[in-house]
Amino acid sequence: MDTLRSKIIPVTTILLIIVAIWYVGAVAMNAPFQRDMDSRNNATPGTMEFIGKTLAQPKPTLPAPHQVAQNFFENTFTRKITSNRSLVYHAWVTLSSTLLGFAFGTVLGIVIAVGIVHVTTLDRSLMPWIIASQTIPILAIAPMVIVVLAAVGITGLIPKALISTYLSFFPVAVGMVKGLRSPELMHLDLMHTYNASRSQTFWKLRVPASVPFLFASMKVAVAASLVGAIVGELPTGAVAGIGAKLLAGAYYSQTIDIWSALVAGSVVAALLVALVGLAGRLVDRAMGGRPA
Amino acid sequence: MKALKPSWQAVLAIVLCLVAAIWGAMSVPEVAAGTQPTATIEYPYMGTKGLMYGIAIVAAVLSMFVLVPALEALILFAGSTTVALLLLHGIAGFEGTARAPYYLLLAAAWLLGWRCVAVLSSMKPSSRGLATALKLAVPALFGVWILVWWEAVTRGAGIPFILLPPPSSVGVRIVNSLPVLWADVNQTIFHSVLIGYVLGCASGFIAAILADRFVFLRRGLIPIGNMVSALPIIGVAPIMVMWFGFDWHSKAAVVVIMTFFPMLVNTVAGLAASGHMERDLMRTYASNYWQTLAKLRLPAAGPFIFNALKINSTLALIGAIVAEFFGTPVVGMGFRISTEVGRMNVDMVWAEIAVAALAGSVFYGVVALIERAATFWHPSVRGG
Amino acid sequence: MTAVKPAVVAASKLGLTFQTNDGPVQALSNVDLTIGKGEFVSFIGPSGCGKTTFLRVIADLEKPTSGSITINGMTPEQAREKRAYGYVFQAAALFPWRTIERNVALPLEIIGLPKAEQAARIKRTMELVNLAGFEKKYPWQLSGGMQQRASIARALAFEADLLLMDEPFGALDEIVRDHLNEQLLQLWAATDKTICFVTHSIPEAVYLSTRIVVMSPRPGRVTDVIESTLPRERPLDIRETPEFLAIAARVRDGLRAGHSYED
Repeated sequence: MDTLRSKIIPVTTILLIIVAIWYVGAVAMNAPFQRDMDSRNNATPGTMEFIGKTLAQPKPTLPAPHQVAQNFFENTFTRKITSNRSLVYHAWVTLSSTLLGFAFGTVLGIVIAVGIVHVTTLDRSLMPWIIASQTIPILAIAPMVIVVLAAVGITGLIPKALISTYLSFFPVAVGMVKGLRSPELMHLDLMHTYNASRSQTFWKLRVPASVPFLFASMKVAVAASLVGAIVGELPTGAVAGIGAKLLAGAYYSQTIDIWSALVAGSVVAALLVALVGLAGRLVDRAMGGRPA
Repeated sequence: MKALKPSWQAVLAIVLCLVAAIWGAMSVPEVAAGTQPTATIEYPYMGTKGLMYGIAIVAAVLSMFVLVPALEALILFAGSTTVALLLLHGIAGFEGTARAPYYLLLAAAWLLGWRCVAVLSSMKPSSRGLATALKLAVPALFGVWILVWWEAVTRGAGIPFILLPPPSSVGVRIVNSLPVLWADVNQTIFHSVLIGYVLGCASGFIAAILADRFVFLRRGLIPIGNMVSALPIIGVAPIMVMWFGFDWHSKAAVVVIMTFFPMLVNTVAGLAASGHMERDLMRTYASNYWQTLAKLRLPAAGPFIFNALKINSTLALIGAIVAEFFGTPVVGMGFRISTEVGRMNVDMVWAEIAVAALAGSVFYGVVALIERAATFWHPSVRGG
Repeated sequence: MTAVKPAVVAASKLGLTFQTNDGPVQALSNVDLTIGKGEFVSFIGPSGCGKTTFLRVIADLEKPTSGSITINGMTPEQAREKRAYGYVFQAAALFPWRTIERNVALPLEIIGLPKAEQAARIKRTMELVNLAGFEKKYPWQLSGGMQQRASIARALAFEADLLLMDEPFGALDEIVRDHLNEQLLQLWAATDKTICFVTHSIPEAVYLSTRIVVMSPRPGRVTDVIESTLPRERPLDIRETPEFLAIAARVRDGLRAGHSYED
């Protein structure tokens, strides 16, 4: 009941308002082109007819929501999954490199975090670079990685996954360092009074304490990973994937295609983040955390 | 023997030096010279080979005597740097001819450098100035050694220029193409990024105030804002290019969209951050909404707002550069990267990336400095 | 004795029920109390007895659900809008981004006093709480006791006749607390304010008050009101006199009677 009033109604209302603005925007932005068309054809449509036409252009400046929805539905559910017009196919191409890169990135991030927490030299020398690297537009490297690796014969999944790895290991490493350092001094002192070894302290105290941090940063990492995969698809000359679909849409001014590719990307992102969140909650519950 | 204080890095460095010395020739030409003693074949390290081994071993041995840490670090630094420089200098003109001893010696020098960093990070200087200098020196040394390895391996192994150019040639490229780089920075940073950043942050901030004023708006906008932060918003770039044209306006529009939601979400969170007691206090003063906002809730939200400003500084740069991949006039960092990649001018790409990294760090650094000045009172700032 | 003075706070049959997830909680029930001008009234009782809630009702931070209460003859809301009282919280609640001086200036800025008047009042109140010389410091540069003194200065700068204090010295150590108690009495003597003071320390209540209101929980109610027979002039060592100990014993009995320990 409470979530209905405090969440669902406001969110739906805002979404409806956005859709309404979208329609108004679509009519307004598509009108000049339509007027142009009409005057060329010497057509004098009534207001309603004119509005209807602005919402049904094949290459509108701003496609109406129902056009995007229709396109998305057609390309998702009515096409064979193996067809390269199927959004499922493109989403899968992007998803596979996202997941591969995300897996590598997470492992790499955790390994680096463990190293940083346990080796002072690494902490002092590597940590500042990891933080500084957050300020650098890493995505700028993406096209070069793709093209350069293609030049030495590595194409397909791996280069894109590499970019995703690169983008996703930073948040994991930083979050994990924070998590492994999150136990309070008192708890560390307690382990010290037990004369616990470094590895005992690590497994019994630091690792459990770091779990919430790990999942929080994995959510960021998986989103970053997806962005990496999409951008990684841009310089390959639009072969396959959501990024390729965006680029192809841009080349041929297939605006409706661009929008439905965007929707597909958003759906994938939402699913990924939700999955990581779910995994986090399951692990939390298995570890005896209070169900929130 | 009490005067000795062995470290694994130094011992390993000596072992590596000995192995390298026994292995023999450091480069292919040297092997050739060895087999044809009569011919006059030029080879690297004709005169410096013994010197390099000598310096490395002497520095390693010296470092293991009990010394003042500062002196130990100095010896290690001098030894490792000299060897690395001699190595890099000697290989010039003989790219791709290095043999195992070259890498062994490099590794030995690097181990000494590592030991130097380890000594430096365990030092606890009494004065604050020295502590700050150390805090900077340790990561700086680490960065220098990454460059040294990069340079040494690309040159020693003769890695194709297209795959990975040595940093020195990237440096030369930067110096030689300053006007082009400057034009790109001017287009991308000073137009797309800055204008988009200011507009995006400002509108996110205003939206946050509105969302704070009207609970219904907040309840509707915040879940959407949280969700949007996970979406690949960068994908709107082609649409913006269609709407606003090839010039910086479309890139600024992408930046506005990318920076809007982080600002909105963070500011709303920040406005909720002031304590109950403080808000009760304002209530006992019968202070009105705007007074409470200006005197309590906005200052308390400062750290959150600056967090958003910092996140956005990176996002803005990424947004502008990636948006340029979808079409630009013939200037801009993203444009340069994508076209030079196509022409296989990899050094120019690296030069552009270096400039982007520098610009990103400076942008972030400026925001962080303003943050330090504005939220000086926050425990995270005054704690150090 | 107190009846002849004009009532600053007058509560009759006051009740307040919170709706919580575990059902309604009666925080205050049937509280009848009149506080006259110039009194120093302490509220004492175990946690959950409603002493803080009563103070918050006076301050219009909570709305009563039954009965009535007036402050200087006005409703709490009118009184708050007229800025009829200063409130001191359990913690100093100073704004860390303002210097001590500017923290004290905060309420004055909100009323919109002219700068010169602000400066004069700041100077006066800072001297009153012995903080002269610390005007330019930030709160986090001061000790806990000094911070709490600054927050009292902030409440005093208001120059309202009523001062509401909610366990202001609860977080401080014994020695600092003694010192501040002494200073508070001097301040009270110097300004002739009416003070409502919530505490859970019996010696503190007895040492400070002209009247001690003993409260007990479930539902929060007044179980005893004890008039102090101590003189207004009170050195710290008054706490060892038989008279003091007798009052303290009465308070303790009152607390025990109204408070069942079965749970």
